Amino acid sequence: MTSAPNSYENILELNDLQTSFFTKDLEVKAVDGVSFAIPKGKILGVVGESGSGKSITSLSILRLLKEPGKIVGGEIKFKGENLLDKSEANMRKIRGNEISMIFQEPMTSLNPTFTVGQQISEAYKIHQGLNKKQAKQRSVDMLKLVGIPSPEKRVNQYPHELSGGMRQRVMIAMALACNPELLIADEPTTALDVTIQAQILDLIKDLQERLGMGVLLITHDLGVVAETCDYVAVMYCGKVVEYTDTKTLFKDAKHPYTVGLMKSIPQHDQDIEGDLAVIRGSVPSPAEMPKGCRFAPRCPFATELCREKLPDLVTDEEGNQIRCWIYSDEWDGDPEVNVHAETERTTESY
Amino acid sequence: MFKFIIRRIIQTIPVLIGVSILVFSMMHLVPGDPAQIMAGESAPKEQVENIRERLGLNDPLPVQYFNYVKDAVQGDLGNSMRSGRDVTTEIGARFWVTLELAIYSTVLAVFVGLIVGVISATKRYSFADTSLMIIALFGLSMPNFWLGLMLIQWFAIGIDLPSWVPFINDTSWFKPSGWGSFAQVVLPVVTLGTASAAIIARMTRSSMLDVIDQDYIRTARAKGVKERVVIYRHALKNALIPVVTVVGLQFGGLLGGAVLTESVFAVNGMGKLIIDSIRARDFPVVQGTILVVALLFIFVNLAVDITYRYLNKRIDLD
Repeated sequence: MTSAPNSYENILELNDLQTSFFTKDLEVKAVDGVSFAIPKGKILGVVGESGSGKSITSLSILRLLKEPGKIVGGEIKFKGENLLDKSEANMRKIRGNEISMIFQEPMTSLNPTFTVGQQISEAYKIHQGLNKKQAKQRSVDMLKLVGIPSPEKRVNQYPHELSGGMRQRVMIAMALACNPELLIADEPTTALDVTIQAQILDLIKDLQERLGMGVLLITHDLGVVAETCDYVAVMYCGKVVEYTDTKTLFKDAKHPYTVGLMKSIPQHDQDIEGDLAVIRGSVPSPAEMPKGCRFAPRCPFATELCREKLPDLVTDEEGNQIRCWIYSDEWDGDPEVNVHAETERTTESY
Repeated sequence: MFKFIIRRIIQTIPVLIGVSILVFSMMHLVPGDPAQIMAGESAPKEQVENIRERLGLNDPLPVQYFNYVKDAVQGDLGNSMRSGRDVTTEIGARFWVTLELAIYSTVLAVFVGLIVGVISATKRYSFADTSLMIIALFGLSMPNFWLGLMLIQWFAIGIDLPSWVPFINDTSWFKPSGWGSFAQVVLPVVTLGTASAAIIARMTRSSMLDVIDQDYIRTARAKGVKERVVIYRHALKNALIPVVTVVGLQFGGLLGGAVLTESVFAVNGMGKLIIDSIRARDFPVVQGTILVVALLFIFVNLAVDITYRYLNKRIDLD
C-alpha cells in the first residue's frame, strides 16, 4: 500500500501506529500497532469498548496527545505524507484546516468566554487570513449550513445560551469551516439525546457527501456504524481485530468479539423473554495484558494457541482484515466452528 | 450592562449605611467617657465638658448619628482635635498618596503574579515551577513590616558584604523614606505588593492548571491555534475569573497593609494618619479616615463585580 506523495488513494492511512502512556515505571500501550485506511470521501467507523484506544488513536492523528502520552512508532499518512515527520508549525496549518475534529462533549468543548461567532471565526482568521468582518460573515454562513435557525442572532451568543444539540452543530460548523479533507468525529453523538443523535449523524453524513471529505467516526454504537459508515474497524485493547466494509460486517462478522458486540444489540425480533446477550468478563487492565490474543480470556472459542500467541492482522483477497486464529491454517480448535451459533449458546448460558 | 452597574451601585447603599453606623459608634464603643479619654485623665472638668459640647455628645444617640451623616454627606467630617483643621483637609492629599501606593502595589502584584502563575502552570512540576512556588511561599509568609525593614537595610542603608557582591552594596538607588520620586516609591511598593503577588501567583497557577485540562482548550488546539494564543487568550481569560476576586480582596488588604508600610517608610499617607491620630486620640480624624478607606473598598468591589461580569458571561445579574 505504498504510494508516492500526492498520488494517494486513501486520504488517511495508519500503519502500525503505537501510542503509549508512560508512568514512573510502566509503559501502557494504549494504541498497539493500529493500521487502517480511509479511502477518499468515505466514512470509516472505529468501534470498540471504552479503553480500546479509539480516542487515543484519533488524538494521535492530530498529534494532540497530552503528557505522558506519546506516539512511539508507526506512520500516520495523510494524503500520502507522514504526519509524524511534520514540524509543530506545519501540524498547526493542518489542524482545523485540512483535518478537523469534533469531540464527544459539546457542553465542555466550547470556550465559555467567547461567542460562538468568535470561536468559528478564529479558524478563518488563522487559516485563511480573513479579517474580523469577513470571518463573521462566513461564520454565519456556516451556522446556516449546519442548520441553526436565525444564525445572525446565534453568532453573537455564548455557548451557555445554546442547547447540547445546538452546541454540537456549532462544533461541526467550526470543524468544517475551512473545508477539511478529513473530519475526525470522536463519539459526536454520545452525549446527546437519541432524537438529536440521528439529526447530528444525518448532518455529518449529508455534509460529508456534499463536501466530499473523508470521515473517521469513532463510536461504541454499532447502530451508528450501520447507519453512517462505509467501512468499519473494530478495536479491542489497542489493536484492530477486524476491518471490513459495513455490509460485510453486518452480514458476516468474523471475529468472535465483533460477533459478541452484534449479539449485545437488542433486536426487535428477538424473544423478549430471554436476556440480552453479553460478552463475559471485562477488558483486561493494561498492566495485565494477556500474552496471546487479547480477547482470549473472554472468547468462547479460545484454545491453547490463542492464549499463547498473538494472531496477526491478516488481509484476505477482498481486502477484509481479521486478527483471529480461527481463520488461519494454524487453527488448533474445531475446524467446523461456527462463531455465530457458538457465541449465542455461550452467552445464553451465562 | 448599564442596568447592572446602576443596580450594583444602588446595592452599595445599605453597605454604606452599615459602615457609617460602625464608624459612628466607634467613639461610643470606647470604654468610659470619650470626652474624658480625649482630654486625658488629669484634664480639668471644664475642658472635658468643652470637648463634649464640641462633639455634640450631650445629644441623644440617634440625633448625633443623624447630624454625623448629614455633615458627612456634605463632605464635612468634623475637625481634627490636634490641628483644628477640617478632617477632609487632613485626609485630602494623604488620600492620593495611599491610593497611589495601593494602586502601584496592585499593578505590580497582578503583573508579577500573573506571569509567575502562568509560567508555573504551563511548566508544571518543572524546576522553574517548584522554585517559583517556593519563592511565592516565602513572599506570602513574610510579614510586610519585616520585609520593609529588610529592604531598607539592604538596599537603602547597606549591609556589610564583601565588595564583590554587586548591586546590594550600592545604596544610592533607593531611598528609605518619603514618597514622590521613583527612588522613594520602589521599596514601599515592593514591600506592600509582595504578599499579594505571591497569592495571585498561586491562585493563577491553580486556576490555570484547572483550565488547561478543559475540553475547550483541546478544541482550540485542534483548530490550529498557536500554543501562545491558546494559553494567553483561551486559557487565561477563563482562569482569570477566580483571580479577579482575589485581586479585589487583595486591594482591600493592601489598604490595611498600607498602615504598616507607611509607618515603616515614613510615607505621609492615610495609614500613617490613622496611626498618628490613634496615638493622639484624635477621634474625628480616625473616624473620617476609616470611612474613606471603607468607601474605597466598596468601590473597588464594585469594579471587581463589573470585571467579573465581563469575564464570565454565565453570570447574569441583570
